[in-house]
Amino acid sequence: MATTIKNSQPEILENVVIRFVGDSGDGMQLTGMQFTDTSAMFGNDVATFPNYPSEIRAPQGSLYGVSGFQVHIGSVEISTPGEDLDLLVCMNPAALKTNLSALKAGHTIIIDTDSFTKKNLEKALYASNPLEDGSLNNYRVIEVAMTSLTKVALKDMGLDNKSITRSKNMFALGMVYWMYDRDMNYTLEFFAKKFAKKPIIAEANSKVLKTGFYFAETLELIPNSFSISPSKMPKGTYRIINGNQATAWGFLAAAEKSGLELFLGSYPITPASDILHELVKHKHFGVKAFQAEDEIAGITSSIGASFAGDFAITTTSGPGLALKGEAIGLAMILELPLVIVNVQRGGPSTGLPTKTEQSDLLQAMYGRNGESPLIVIAASTPANCFDWAYEAARLTLEHMTPVLLLTDGYIANGSEPWKIKSIKDMPPITHKQIKGGDPEKWNVYDRDSVTLAREWAIPGTKGFEHRVGGLEKDKTTGNVSYIPENHEYMTNIRAEKVQRVQNSIPDLKADFNDEGDLLIIGWGGTFGSLHSAAKQLSDEDYKVGHAHFNYINPFPKNTAEVFSKFKKIVVCELNNGQLAFILRGKFPNIEFSQYNKVQGLPFGASELTKKFKTLIK
Amino acid sequence: MTEATKYTFKDFASDQEVRWCPGCDDYVILRAMQKALPEMGVKKEDVVFISGIGCSSRFPYYIDSYGMHSIHGRAPAIASGVKLANPDLSVWVITGDGDSLAIGGNHFIHVLRRNLNLNIILFNNEIYGLTKGQFSPTSLIGQKTKTSPYGNTQPPFSPGELGIGAQARFFARIGGNTPKEMTQLFIEAEKFQGTSLIEVLQNCVIFNDGCFTKYTDKAVRPDKQIHLEHNKPMLFGKDRDKGLVLNGLKLEVVTLGENGITESDLLVHDAKEPDPTLHSMLVRLDYPLATGIIRAVEELTFEAREDALTKEVSANSKFNKVDDLFFSGETYQVK
Repeated sequence: MATTIKNSQPEILENVVIRFVGDSGDGMQLTGMQFTDTSAMFGNDVATFPNYPSEIRAPQGSLYGVSGFQVHIGSVEISTPGEDLDLLVCMNPAALKTNLSALKAGHTIIIDTDSFTKKNLEKALYASNPLEDGSLNNYRVIEVAMTSLTKVALKDMGLDNKSITRSKNMFALGMVYWMYDRDMNYTLEFFAKKFAKKPIIAEANSKVLKTGFYFAETLELIPNSFSISPSKMPKGTYRIINGNQATAWGFLAAAEKSGLELFLGSYPITPASDILHELVKHKHFGVKAFQAEDEIAGITSSIGASFAGDFAITTTSGPGLALKGEAIGLAMILELPLVIVNVQRGGPSTGLPTKTEQSDLLQAMYGRNGESPLIVIAASTPANCFDWAYEAARLTLEHMTPVLLLTDGYIANGSEPWKIKSIKDMPPITHKQIKGGDPEKWNVYDRDSVTLAREWAIPGTKGFEHRVGGLEKDKTTGNVSYIPENHEYMTNIRAEKVQRVQNSIPDLKADFNDEGDLLIIGWGGTFGSLHSAAKQLSDEDYKVGHAHFNYINPFPKNTAEVFSKFKKIVVCELNNGQLAFILRGKFPNIEFSQYNKVQGLPFGASELTKKFKTLIK
Repeated sequence: MTEATKYTFKDFASDQEVRWCPGCDDYVILRAMQKALPEMGVKKEDVVFISGIGCSSRFPYYIDSYGMHSIHGRAPAIASGVKLANPDLSVWVITGDGDSLAIGGNHFIHVLRRNLNLNIILFNNEIYGLTKGQFSPTSLIGQKTKTSPYGNTQPPFSPGELGIGAQARFFARIGGNTPKEMTQLFIEAEKFQGTSLIEVLQNCVIFNDGCFTKYTDKAVRPDKQIHLEHNKPMLFGKDRDKGLVLNGLKLEVVTLGENGITESDLLVHDAKEPDPTLHSMLVRLDYPLATGIIRAVEELTFEAREDALTKEVSANSKFNKVDDLFFSGETYQVK
């Protein structure tokens, strides 16, 4: 039970970054989420970043089987899960090896020494034991025999060895709760609820949590030197939400607001499946969530449901989007409402399923045969996935053309506080369904003069029987037409319809400065990183602005004007320059610098500020 | 479907000019459908035809109802979405052997497995017509086509066998030149609660002319086909003197009056038998070729299962409006 403190760290911080790391079976995601929820309840702003392998149970102790959960809590505004760690909680040698470099020098590591066996050290490719060879001298190491202590705590409960060792993560959590002055009640209640049918497991977890907490307290091994006070967030009712849940809920809200039933056709794929998991629960709202036989059936069943009058969506990730391409073109030429959600992951091909990337932008924009523009929008934080899903619904239902909503693995799995929105505070959604009228005065492809949207006559509506299809159709009747001029007219009007969305979306804004030396441009899930970096530079009196795109096709009307106010522009993306490529095509007279990263990881604030400073010089 | 509007076949004819090749069986199928629809007791605005790609898939353009000519192979999935969105609709899938058994094979088997209450008409002509004459998944071994100039080397699927293997609850087969029986089959398919699969042996006059003549030609039809009817003995032949008996694990053709065989020795067709063994044997039979409703076993439909579950979940749910959900559980106040 060696517990040593090799350094001291008397600091009071406004924000703290903690990472829990262990084997993929060690329960690090649960541990991290509990810490997050508890901190949010306490009133901190939080942001999280789960980072886990794609194998369900990679070989125990291996380097590639390490699963981590990073949480950033603060009494100030938190816009990213943070970069350099203040505390690393390490359940085995492999976790230490793969995560140590992220820890700030002099900062704390809590280590389960029981896992530092010869075998585990070998699996982690350590030539010598880092606990003994001095390689951790620059850190404050707290060695705790967590597994043994957990066993002692639970020895009289009659549990099997596996159940006992599985609760050691709660020992670690208990210690961290004490360190940061957190209340254990939220987690204790969580156990009682989660294991309502297995009270002995609830009791065991509670006991271990408390043991860890009191271990840290009683032995006074850890000075309780910091307490993160509640942050100043707008008043209201909050909950912690991740991007996928927020996306699902945005669609629920849109369905209720529009008065339509929600249909989801989908096929499981990482990291999008959680949207399907969430929506299958909500039959009570009339949600029809249909797990189809493949990606193509996912979208085509949605097209059928849309034809029949439901508000239809389909959810996928990169490879699935590739499979859906032909069907997206069908929805586009039919001019039916449909939202396609692409939760981006590392590509190409299977790529990095559990890692984040923004490399599907060009696929979203152009990945179909023929001239087939879509409305393309992107969410930029976990919580605003709610708003962008809702906006996707509004746009598709009002403009009668498919909307492609991009999120990514980073914001889909990341979580943050969400100030809960009531349906009554959401903007109205007016769909184009017709329930009657004079069919003699109606044609399938008659259009609204402002938006160019057609009307949506659904089966069951008497007198409005009509046929649609993937063949080019007459501009009025919708009958098949091979007339050359008609095809060109229809091609142009479908594009014009998407372009006119510009009239119903807000202007682009630059944060921090609306003119100056450098405009930082990004889109989608990199918002938090870019915002933090821009804020830091702005605080240092650099004349930088940050303009973030949520509307990508079409761009906001004033885009060129925003660009014109800065001496330099840098486009930052987690790909090799896809938005930059689009911008150069649309704004050929403007020069764009780039900053790109394709490591399956989000941007770090320091790499960004370093790059931006060199550009300003 | 409360009031019974009386339609005639003209009510279901669209204003579009039909553009199939002269002499194509597709005309027969279209006419049979236009005659069957008024007999089904469904309202015109509740009828939806969904097709994929191929000659057959032009079909929805010619029926005056709701319709969608979609993309290759996907009609069963699109139709599933239509039916799940609105279970009150009468939904029809129009497809061909290439559309449903090659590019759309996955959707074909899964729609049958799920058993939605919709109807699939599979126009089988053992060839790709619209792409001009390549072999299809039902083309025969040795068949010479544009892509098998020396003879086809890929063994064919039997749509009925594949369908029953995928748990088709209703399977019927009909020659493309027997409109009266076809009309009746369409009406029966609509009555059936569950996915109905109807294979039409459809002659392609251009690329595979005469491929079914040995069964369907008027002169040989009574001797080469057995038109099955539920609860009736398996009897066929111009003189109604031939029948089917079971000999071990094989069906055998017998002649009444020979070896003391009488009608009472013949198998009696039971389309409603849940065990598919005999139905599969009938589907595989080459002489005589089995037509009519081979299998019709009703079982709870997918949408009925979904509906029951939705009612049950809703009855037990504390959420009526999304706000109930959003503000439920682990929320906290910032003051």
